[in-house]
Amino acid sequence: MNYINEMKIQFLNKSVNEGLARVAVASFCAQLDLTVETIADIKTAVSEAVTNAIVHGYENMSGFVTVCCVYNLNEIEITVSDYGRGIEDITEARRPLFTSSPDEERSGMGFTVMETFMDYLEVKSSVGMGTTVIMRKKVQV
Amino acid sequence: MRIDVMGDAMIIRPKGELDHHYASEIREKADRIILKGEIRKVIFDFTNVLFMDSSGIGVIMGRYRLMEAIKGSVCAFGANQRIKDLIKMSGLSRLITIYPNQQKALEVK
Repeated sequence: MNYINEMKIQFLNKSVNEGLARVAVASFCAQLDLTVETIADIKTAVSEAVTNAIVHGYENMSGFVTVCCVYNLNEIEITVSDYGRGIEDITEARRPLFTSSPDEERSGMGFTVMETFMDYLEVKSSVGMGTTVIMRKKVQV
Repeated sequence: MRIDVMGDAMIIRPKGELDHHYASEIREKADRIILKGEIRKVIFDFTNVLFMDSSGIGVIMGRYRLMEAIKGSVCAFGANQRIKDLIKMSGLSRLITIYPNQQKALEVK
């Protein structure tokens, strides 16, 4: 992707940073003249990906979550990475209503929401190394 | 966040952005009251919720399970279109009704 702007933020896996990630990505994307609806779609998808990284990425340890965001005049790409335990079975993890934390009342809807609100979703993971979620949304500027 | 108890009904009124961080606070405060055993109806007031992700679905689902176990019910009002869509996407709309306003939510037994 040939992009015209890029940003990257990194923060500890504390739940209070979920709001920070949403606001940062939304402000960055607001440089493009997007509809309120599109920004809301992006915020929701980012929130899901970052929450996954915070809740599942490191179990009870602390670690960093990185959010990268790039855009050109056709597309926005957001990458959310953790460097934690990784996902063993990505197909299972992406299935609607699947959750590895039922006690925490995770609805298991995270990936489904990301898929619904974005145009492209890719999950890369390796056990013990971490997980990266790549999401793209087409935009008309 | 405010919680109002009216008879055997409890209205949970979250404010702002309902994400995973906020969800744990709502859960704790609500369950402290529900577990006293007098509440039969839990009502979510989404009027002041500006953002919600699937963590909000988790909160509703959790309270639904709790209330179902004691033969109680859960419903909501004040949800914007995005929240309604999310509730529908999760299949929760088969379990809880979203009313147009508080009065309607309180009326239905």
